Amino acid sequence: MNLSIDVTKNDGVANVMLGGEVDAFTAPQLKETLLPLTKEQDVVEVNLQDVNYMDSTGLGVFISALKATKEHDSTLRLIHMQDRVYRLFKITGLTEIMNIDSTVQGGM
Amino acid sequence: MSTLKLDLENYKELLQEYITTKDEQALYQAEQFSKHSMQQNISPEEIINVHIQSLQEIYPDMPEYIQTSMNFLLETMISYGLAYQEYQTLREKQLELKSEISVAANMQKTLLSTVKPDIDELDVGALSVPAKQMNGDYHHFVHDNKGGLGIAVADVIGKGVPAALCMSMIKYSMDSFSEMQTDPSVILGSLNRVVERNVDASMFITMFYGLYNNNNHTFTYASAGHEPGFYYHKDKDEFEEIDAPGLVLGVSPEITYTQYEKQVEKGDMIVLLTDGVTECRTGDRFIEQEEVLHVIKQYSHLPAQGIVDQVYKHFERLQDFHLRDDFTLIILRRNV
Repeated sequence: MNLSIDVTKNDGVANVMLGGEVDAFTAPQLKETLLPLTKEQDVVEVNLQDVNYMDSTGLGVFISALKATKEHDSTLRLIHMQDRVYRLFKITGLTEIMNIDSTVQGGM
Repeated sequence: MSTLKLDLENYKELLQEYITTKDEQALYQAEQFSKHSMQQNISPEEIINVHIQSLQEIYPDMPEYIQTSMNFLLETMISYGLAYQEYQTLREKQLELKSEISVAANMQKTLLSTVKPDIDELDVGALSVPAKQMNGDYHHFVHDNKGGLGIAVADVIGKGVPAALCMSMIKYSMDSFSEMQTDPSVILGSLNRVVERNVDASMFITMFYGLYNNNNHTFTYASAGHEPGFYYHKDKDEFEEIDAPGLVLGVSPEITYTQYEKQVEKGDMIVLLTDGVTECRTGDRFIEQEEVLHVIKQYSHLPAQGIVDQVYKHFERLQDFHLRDDFTLIILRRNV
C-alpha cells in the first residue's frame, strides 16, 4: 500500500493532503516532506481524511514534526482524522498535546 | 590454473559437440560448467575468453570480423564481471551481519530475560514473541520488599535493532530505581525523563506499569500511552477496558502520570498486552478487541499460561503463522 502526499503552500501555510497508509514503509517519505515544512512555513496543516491506516512509526513522524515546530516556532495542525487513526492518537495521549481537529470523520 | 586449463579443454569439447550435434546433453553440461565456474569465482568475461580461444582452436581460419566482434563482447562484459565480484563481497558481508545480529539477539534475550513469578496468590501467564529477530516489546516482573509484584509491559516504536537497543536502556534504568519506590506513577515519570533525554525525536515508548499487592489484593497502575489492557470481573463474567490516560514516554519532559487503583476479587483477571495483539491483521481485516476477549474467554477454564499460549496460537493461525508485529500478552489471575 502506498501513501500519496500533496503539498500546497499559500502565504505561510502549508496544506498537506495525505492518502493511503502511513506505516514503516511510507513513514520515512512523510518525514522527509513534513520536517522541512515546519521550518519554512508558519503553519503546517495535515489533512488525514484519506488515511485509513497508521501504525506507530507514523505516530513517530508526527511526534518529531511536533518537536520541530517547537524548535522553529511554527504550528502543526492535524485535521479530518478517521476513527481508527484517532484512536491511536487518543491511546498514546497525543490528543492532549497536539492540535487535532475535533470534528472527526465518521463521528466518534 | 591447471583446473582452468582443464576446463578450457572441456569447454572446447562441449562447444564442438553442440555445434555438430545440437544435442541437449551438451547444453546441460554447459550449465554444469557455468555452475562450476561460479564456485571457482570465475568472472563472465573469463568465460567469454574461454569461448574465444575455443573458437580459434576449432576454426583456425575464423573470419577476422568475428574475432574482432568477440573482443568487443569481451570488453562489454567487463562491467558485469565487476558487478559480480561486488555481489560476492556483499554476500559475504551480509552473512557476517546476519551472524552478528543473531549474536546481538541472543545477548538481548539474556539481558532482558525475566522470571515469571511463582506466587500462591496469583496465577501468572506471560508470552512475548518477536516478529523479527529482535524484540521491540518488553515485559518484566519485579518483586519488592513489601510483598508486591511489579509488572512492566512496554513497546518501543520503531522496530528491529534500534528498538531493541532502546529497550535495554529502559531495562537498566528500571534496575537502577530504588526498591523502596515502586509507585507506578513515579516509575513512569522517571523513565519519561530518561527516554526524553536519550532517544531520537521520532522514537518513543509506550509502557504500562502495574503493582500487585499480595497482602490486600489491590492492583495499582499507570500508563504511558500504552495499549489499554482489560480487567475481567469473574462475578459478572465481563471484561472492562483498563483506562489509564497518559502520554507516551519521551515526548515531553514535564509530564506527570496519574495512578489508579483497583480491588481484585478472587477469580478476576488482569490482561496486559501490546498492540501486536490488537493490531494484527488478517488480509485487510483488523482484529477487533472483542475478538481478542472472545478468545480469552473461550480458554478461561485453563491456567493463565494456558490461556496466553492458546490466544497466541489462535492469532498466529489467523495471520498464516507470519507475525507482523511483536506479540506480548500477560494474564494475572487472583487465586486465593
